[in-house]
Amino acid sequence: MKKLFQKLAKDYYWRANNFGKKLVRAEESTPKSVKLIGLVTIFVATAIGLAWYLKGKNVAVFQPTGTIGEQQLRIIYIALILSAIVVIPVFIMAISFYVNFREDNKKSTYKPNWDHSKSIETVWWALPIVLIGVLSVITWNSSHQLDPFKSIASAESTLKIQVVSLDWKWLFIYPEQKVATVNYAYIPVNTPVDFQITSDAPMNSFWIPQLGSQVYAMSGMVTHLNSEATSEGVFTGSAANITGEGFAGMNFKINVVGSSAFSDWVESAKSSPFALDWDSYQKLAMPSKNVPDTTMTLADGSVFDLAVMKYMNPGLQLESFNSTSGGTY
Amino acid sequence: MFGRLTVEAFKHDFVAMGGALTMVLVAFGIVAALTYYKKWGWLWREWLTTTDHKKIGKMYLYASIVMLLKGVADAGMLRAQQALASGAGNGYLSSEHFQQIFSAHGTTMIFFVAMGLMFALINFVLPLQIGARDVAFPFMNAVSFWLFVAGALLVNTSLVIGEFGAAGWLAYPPLSELAYSPGPGIDYWLWSIQIAGIGSLLSGINFTTTILKLRAKGMTMMKMPVFVWSVLGSMLLVIATFPILTATLLMLSLDRLAGMHFFTSAFGGDPMMYINLIWAWGHPEVYILILPAFGIFSEVVATFSRKRLFGYTSMVWAIGVITVLSFTVWLHHFFTMGAGGNVNAVFGIMTMIISVPTGVKVFNWLFTMYKGRISRMTPMLWFMGFLLSFTIGGVTGVLMAVPAIDFQVHNSLFLVAHFHNMVIGGVVFGYFCGLIYWFPKVFGYKLNEKLGRYAYWFWILGFFFAFAPLYVLGIMGATRRLDHYDASMGWQQLFIVAAGGVGLILVGVLLQVLQVVVSIVNRRKNLDKTGDAWGGRTLEWSIPSPAPIYNFAVLPVVKSRDDFWRMKEEGTTVKPKYEDILVPKNSGKSFVIGAAAFMFAFGLIWHMWWLACLTAVVAIVVLTVRLSDDETEYVITAKEVERIEKSRRPHAA
Repeated sequence: MKKLFQKLAKDYYWRANNFGKKLVRAEESTPKSVKLIGLVTIFVATAIGLAWYLKGKNVAVFQPTGTIGEQQLRIIYIALILSAIVVIPVFIMAISFYVNFREDNKKSTYKPNWDHSKSIETVWWALPIVLIGVLSVITWNSSHQLDPFKSIASAESTLKIQVVSLDWKWLFIYPEQKVATVNYAYIPVNTPVDFQITSDAPMNSFWIPQLGSQVYAMSGMVTHLNSEATSEGVFTGSAANITGEGFAGMNFKINVVGSSAFSDWVESAKSSPFALDWDSYQKLAMPSKNVPDTTMTLADGSVFDLAVMKYMNPGLQLESFNSTSGGTY
Repeated sequence: MFGRLTVEAFKHDFVAMGGALTMVLVAFGIVAALTYYKKWGWLWREWLTTTDHKKIGKMYLYASIVMLLKGVADAGMLRAQQALASGAGNGYLSSEHFQQIFSAHGTTMIFFVAMGLMFALINFVLPLQIGARDVAFPFMNAVSFWLFVAGALLVNTSLVIGEFGAAGWLAYPPLSELAYSPGPGIDYWLWSIQIAGIGSLLSGINFTTTILKLRAKGMTMMKMPVFVWSVLGSMLLVIATFPILTATLLMLSLDRLAGMHFFTSAFGGDPMMYINLIWAWGHPEVYILILPAFGIFSEVVATFSRKRLFGYTSMVWAIGVITVLSFTVWLHHFFTMGAGGNVNAVFGIMTMIISVPTGVKVFNWLFTMYKGRISRMTPMLWFMGFLLSFTIGGVTGVLMAVPAIDFQVHNSLFLVAHFHNMVIGGVVFGYFCGLIYWFPKVFGYKLNEKLGRYAYWFWILGFFFAFAPLYVLGIMGATRRLDHYDASMGWQQLFIVAAGGVGLILVGVLLQVLQVVVSIVNRRKNLDKTGDAWGGRTLEWSIPSPAPIYNFAVLPVVKSRDDFWRMKEEGTTVKPKYEDILVPKNSGKSFVIGAAAFMFAFGLIWHMWWLACLTAVVAIVVLTVRLSDDETEYVITAKEVERIEKSRRPHAA
């Protein structure tokens, strides 16, 4: 058995060696320029292939339909260009040094003890510092301008939507329109929206890629995501942070419509037979997966505040936890 | 008696049963083989009780490879599920099982593969590079290792008994709290990391002391090899940050075991505090792993370019700057928590600043190659692969350092692709590079070059096929950790390509296994008889391969950087004067402490309080006995040293 194994290994080793030799010879016979053209061709072909493949597909971050997403895309391009200033020379140097200073190229100069150059080293400490300096200014400004908590200036008044992350569905409450929905929402186009987000379940993240930005949904507190859609359509939003078993099914649709269509939708929602109050909310909050779109009227305007404040109220918490998690506390 | 451990814990669904059976069969196979070949005594004397840093390094290596195979298998299962689970297809894994697997994948890869390989390499190389005969605390080194094994075993035990955590590799509360994860899974996660983490902290203290106190005469700080500098940076980070991890995990444990409310969302707990604390450890952890890889590349590029490392002083400063800055960026892991413009901007800018010293290192490596004579062996290939993928990872990293951009890609597969770019392309490639490079020093023969090349090409191609689609998926809006998605999203084809990429990587891993097997079989052809396998520059190449138990028969006196290169150039040989050498004795107590730690954790996970108390007492008693023991070393006489040296160096003298 041992002998057989040794023989097999030997055999394999022999073949591997010989195959390798042929490979090396083939490599040496190819001129450098052909190799370079080959590399560039592969690179360009990959880029074109990818572009062709993505044509007609929904590449959300690169096809924003919201003012925030549009500005973010601009910053992505700027950061990419700044990075390219360093990265492209690095790639060129890496490949050309690797090719030119290979062992068997005796024509190249060899300076085994050259290990220091103040001027060269100063350049590559300084160049990244300058680039990062530029990017820092952009970072500072954009962090403030695109802070999701910052409300968007507009002639239209801001629409308030309260969002609750539940196990495992999203509840949207329209406090002014007195309606509520599960796993879908309507918003008017070209109107600022202030999503007021909380969680009555593990921490989640509320993200509508095409509109731009995501913010964590956390229990006992309210975060804000200000957004403004610039074109009509149906966009997918997702639960970006794991909240347990059913979180993959927690995606939702945001329907961006004209303002009159929005009013029509509100009117139709108001005729829903279901009503949201604290009792029905608690039933809704029980864990459930892949929940279908649901429309409700808002019977009790304090549901959102109660969902936030229950984490500040021990009595309310005990009752709620014992009902949703089988009495762990 | 058995706490909450009941027969239920052994019941699994069909797929999970496969994992459980594999574990049981592997364990049974090992026990059967040891018994059949009557190797228990040998195992105990030669391995389980050893305090020799080289053997401990080997055991770290073996354990990490086993965990790597498990981690890669996990990755394959995850991508296979995602390639299938589109629209009407539900894949073959339940959500719960899928979530356990990605949690286990991350935990395994970071704590038990990356950390394990890192400690393997440090154990192999560090004492040899500074001309020391051992680490500062050989017994503590063994304790660290057995704590590491106890942690790794806990992860594997969860496959058979009970379940693993399903809240991700960092188990954010409140999901990881009792209210949402009442089962033993999170406890397995907590205690496996807690115990391995304490081992890592001990190692950090050990190696820092070794570097500061045991360097050969004449080796001033600025004459240390760059690998030693990088390990020093890394180990200082270990000392500074692992206590944070320990404390954080302890608080979460208290929440779960004692009904406390550090991180619960209710009753005054604060989950955000956990996320801050875990990343205050977690971000430096990334640098703990990458710094030694930087050190490895610095050694390898200089050796294989047959040239001095370019810009040594810049390199050292870059390591120092990275070490310090790595503490100042943790918040970039949660810009989306809503800290506001000022806070986010400051942490974003700090993050970008780290790319400056990192870029400097890249330029220095490039100019080490410039005007060199590059020998294109596999370690150099891994370096080139690293350079390519790490630079791409650097660009995507800078993108995500801008909070405004991060809001658009955080928690998406773009992020997943980015950190795999860094951790595979940086850390793993670096460690593979180092393992091939130092393999002859540790085992006495070189690895098969051809199979190494094939493995490399499968790895690098697989890597790009596995992660390039994830960047695209990320900007298409695909979030991480999805066990199912709507067919209308149009993601499936890219997920299939990514799964294919994992398949290629898997072939690469199998080729590496084959490479090791073939190298063992053919070892006589590839023996490193000179001790200087690659034309090395640093002290470890001045002694025979594999290194003798005492490392250096005569302690070197260092005069310059790359001191072995200097010796070779000057060509001076002095007749060695041998002396008696003190070597640490073997001790089974480290193994007992590791075993006790394992049982202690098992007891806590399953609420068997008597077991936890008993094993805690055992560990403390054994440790106390050991600490009161003064006879921990034995002497190898000068004569014996001379005999060993003459047999090991037929060409010398």
